[in-house]
Amino acid sequence: MSDKSKSLAKAEDAEHDYSAGLAVIAPDAVKDPGMEPHRVRMTDKSEAHEKRAARQVAALFLFSIVSSAFALYAYFAFPIVEGSNASLRDNTLLLGLGAALGMLAIGIGAVHWAKTLMPDAEVSEARHQTRGSEETRARAIEIIDLANKESGFSRRKLIRRSLYGALAFFPLPGLIVFADLGPNPGDSLRHTMWKKGTRLTRDPDGKPIKASDVTIGSVFHVIPEGLAELEHHKLEEKAKAAVLLVRVDPSILKESAERKDWSYDGIVAYSKICTHVGCPVALYEQQTHHLLCPCHQSTFDLTDACKVLFGPASRPLPQLPIAVDAEGYLVAQDDFNEPVGPSFWERSVNE
Amino acid sequence: MSNATATAKKKGGFLAGTANYLDERVGVAGILKEFGRKVFPDHWSFMLGEVALYSFLVLLLSGTFLTFWFQPSMVPVIYEGSYAPLKGAEMSIAYASTLDISFEIRGGLLFRQVHHWSALLFVAAAGLHMLRVFFTGAFRKPREINWVVGFVLFVLGMAGGFTGYSLPDDLLSGNGLRIIDGMIKGIPYIGAYTSSLLFGGEFPGEAIVARLYSLHIMIVPALILVFVAVHLFMVVIHKHTHYAGPGKRDDNVVGYPLMPVYVAKAGGFFFIVFGVIMLIAATFTINPIWAYGAYDPSPVSAGTQPDWYIGWLDGALRLAPTHLEFMIGDFTLSMNILIPLVVGVLFLVVVALYPFIEAWVTGDKREHHVLDRPRNTPVRTGIGAAGVTFYAVLWAGASTDLIATHFQVSLNHVLTSMQILLIVGPIAAYMITKRACLSLMRKDREIALHGRETGRVVRLPHGEYIEVHEPMDEYELYKLVGYKAYQPMLARPNAKGVITLRSRIRAVLSRFYFEDRVVPPTKGEIEAAHDHGKELH
Repeated sequence: MSDKSKSLAKAEDAEHDYSAGLAVIAPDAVKDPGMEPHRVRMTDKSEAHEKRAARQVAALFLFSIVSSAFALYAYFAFPIVEGSNASLRDNTLLLGLGAALGMLAIGIGAVHWAKTLMPDAEVSEARHQTRGSEETRARAIEIIDLANKESGFSRRKLIRRSLYGALAFFPLPGLIVFADLGPNPGDSLRHTMWKKGTRLTRDPDGKPIKASDVTIGSVFHVIPEGLAELEHHKLEEKAKAAVLLVRVDPSILKESAERKDWSYDGIVAYSKICTHVGCPVALYEQQTHHLLCPCHQSTFDLTDACKVLFGPASRPLPQLPIAVDAEGYLVAQDDFNEPVGPSFWERSVNE
Repeated sequence: MSNATATAKKKGGFLAGTANYLDERVGVAGILKEFGRKVFPDHWSFMLGEVALYSFLVLLLSGTFLTFWFQPSMVPVIYEGSYAPLKGAEMSIAYASTLDISFEIRGGLLFRQVHHWSALLFVAAAGLHMLRVFFTGAFRKPREINWVVGFVLFVLGMAGGFTGYSLPDDLLSGNGLRIIDGMIKGIPYIGAYTSSLLFGGEFPGEAIVARLYSLHIMIVPALILVFVAVHLFMVVIHKHTHYAGPGKRDDNVVGYPLMPVYVAKAGGFFFIVFGVIMLIAATFTINPIWAYGAYDPSPVSAGTQPDWYIGWLDGALRLAPTHLEFMIGDFTLSMNILIPLVVGVLFLVVVALYPFIEAWVTGDKREHHVLDRPRNTPVRTGIGAAGVTFYAVLWAGASTDLIATHFQVSLNHVLTSMQILLIVGPIAAYMITKRACLSLMRKDREIALHGRETGRVVRLPHGEYIEVHEPMDEYELYKLVGYKAYQPMLARPNAKGVITLRSRIRAVLSRFYFEDRVVPPTKGEIEAAHDHGKELH
C-alpha cells in the first residue's frame, strides 16, 4: 500500500521536460526573490477604519434597496402617456436610474467589502503541467488499445469503412431539405415591372408625372404605375423598379447614338439601385449632376450615362428609356435592357 | 433568542441541513473542497473577459424580455399604435411590434436600449480581452486552443449582433440587409441562388426577419453558451495566467481565493457591469428606429452607419477601388466585393492561427503561465499594433462620409488617404511599436544595471560631478529583468545533410522575430555594474 502511493507520487513529481526552443537559458539569471512582503491596510491596523468601511458597505446595500424601491415607484408614477415624448423619457430615465443605482450599489458594496475587509494577502497555489502523468498516459493508451482490441475497429476493415461511408452519407438528407429555403432565381433578376407604356409615377403615392411638371434641376423619386396598389411582392418589385428622374439642360447630356431617344427633352431616368451592393442612390448633387450612393459613396455622372466617377461601384446605373404619351405623361419605352442592382455571376449571360 | 440559537445548533441549522442534503445527493462538499479556495490572480485587465461574460448574461436577460412582445413577421400592416408621426403608415409586423415595445410597454424602450448597449459592449469587451491576451502572450502553450475558442466567440458575437440588428425591419437595418444581399450576389457562380435561399426568393421577401430571429434567439446564443462553457472549463483546467513579477512562476498561481474574495469581487462586478449598462440605457438613446421609418427599398438616409463591430467590414467594402469588376467570358466577376470579403476572412484566419505561427517559430514547447510584458516581446507587440491599425483603418473607412462632412474635407481625398493608410499604416505602426518596445527594454536594462536616477548631483573630492543612482530593491529589479529572451536560429542541415525549405522559412521567421533584441542583464552583469558604480564614489 505504502509502496504504491510512493510510486504514484514519484510519477506525479516527474515533470516532463519540454524543449525550450530558441529561448536563451542564462545560467546566472537574476533569481526570483519570491513574493513581496504584504503591505498592511489601514482597515487591518485601525479599528476605526475597519468600522467605517463596514458602515460604508452596509450603507451601499441599504442605498441599493432604496434605489430598487424607487424604480418600482417610478414604474407606476411615471407611466407612458400616448403622444407625450416627455412621459416616455421620464419612464425610461427614472425606471432605469432606479434599477441602475440599485445594482451599482450592490456591486460597489461587494467590491468595497472584498477590498477593505477581506484578507488581501496574496496566496500561492501549485500549478501542475496540463499533460497527464506518465502513468495516466500509459493507462489511457491501454484503454484505447483495449477498446480497439475488443471491438476489432482496426482489424475489421469492412465494418470500419462501411461505417465511414454511412457517416458521410447520413447528413445529406438533412442538408437537402434546406434547398426549399428559396427558389432558383431563374430570370427574376432580369425583369422589373417596367413595360412599354408604363407610366412613371411618384414614390410613394403613385401619382403619374407630366413631363411639364419636371422643371430643370428638379428630382423625382419614381415607381412604376400600379406598384403602389400591389397586394403582394410590393417591396420586391420596388427593390428592382425604383427610378430617379431628373431634368437637366439637354445640351449638357452626353448621349450615345443608340440612347439618343431614351431621354425626353433633357429628362433622364436611371435605376436608383446601386450597381455596387444595391443601396438606393438617393442623393443628387444639382451643381455637378452627380448621383451619390450614401452607403459606400459610389458616384455616378448623370450627364454621361451614369458612368462611375468614384467609389467601389464598377458599372453605370442602368437607364430607363422614357417617352411621353398622348396626355403628356411620362411613360417607359420598355423595361431596362440589363439587370438592375448589384452584379451577379450570370448577369450578362443571354438566355 | 438564546433558545433559538440552541435549537439551531442542536439540529445543525437550516443551512447545515441544506448543505448536508445537497452533499448526499450531488456531492457539493467535494466540489467546494476542489474549487472553494481556488486561487485567481488579480489584475484590472483580467476583468475585460468578465465584462464580456456579464454583458452576455445581460443580453440573455434583456433579450428574453423583448421576445415576449416582439413578433418576427414581415407581413405588412397599417400602424395604429401610439407613435403619432407613423400612424397610418404601412409597415411590417416586426417593425410595428418593435414600435409597440418602445412606446406602449413601460420599461420596453429601456430594455431595448439595455439590449442594444450590452450587445455593443459585449463585442467591445471581447475584442479588448483578445487584445489583452494577445499583447501579454497569454495564448502560448497550453492555451492555443482556448485562443481559438475565444476567437470563435468574438465572431459569434458579431453574428449575434448583426442578426439582432436586422430584426426591427427599420430603414437603417433594411439597408444593411440590402448590402448583405449585394455582397452575397457578388460571390461567383452561387451568388444569386444563395441570396434567394437566404431571403426565401427575391430581396427583401417576407422570410428573412423570421429566419434571422431563430438564428438570433436560438442558434447563435446556444453556440455562444457552449463556447463560453468550453472557454471557462479550459480556464479552470489551465488555471489563470498571472503577470510577471516576484513570486510569479510557471509552476504556481498567485492571487486571492475564490471564496470569499473572488465571489465578492466577481459577483459584485456583475452588478457593476449590469448597473453601468442600465445607467447608459436610461440616459442615452440607441437605435431610435422610429426616426428611421419602416424599411422601403427606395429611400435611404445620408450618413448611414452600421453598429460599430460591423464597421470594419463595411469600411473594407468602401475602400475597394473603382472598376474592379471583370468579365470572364459571359460571366461577371465582382472583385469589388470579393477582395473586401477575402481580405476580411484572411485577417480573421491570421488572428485565429497566430498562436500556432509563433509557437512554430520559437520552437518553445514549455508551458507558459507567466504573462509577458508587451515591451519584452517587441515583434509580437509590433504585429499586434499593425493588426490593430489595419482594423482601425477599415473601421474608420466606414465613416469616410462623416469624416468628410465633419471636417469639411473632400470625400474623395478622405477615401484615397484611407486606401493609402490601409497599406502604410500597419507597416508604420509595426516599426514604431517595435522600436518603442526595444527602447523601453534598453531603458529597463539601464535601470537594472545602474539603478534609478535620483536627480541628486554630487561633487566628488577630486572635483568630478556625478549623479547618484539609487539601486533598486530585489522585487523591483526582478520585475525588470525576470523575462526570457529568444535568439534567432540558423537553418541547419537535418540528419540527411539537407537544409529543408521548412528549416529555411523558420530561420527567416526567427530572424524576423528575434534579430533585434535586448537580453535581460544577468546577476553577474548587475554586480559588475554595481561595483563599477562604487569605484566612482
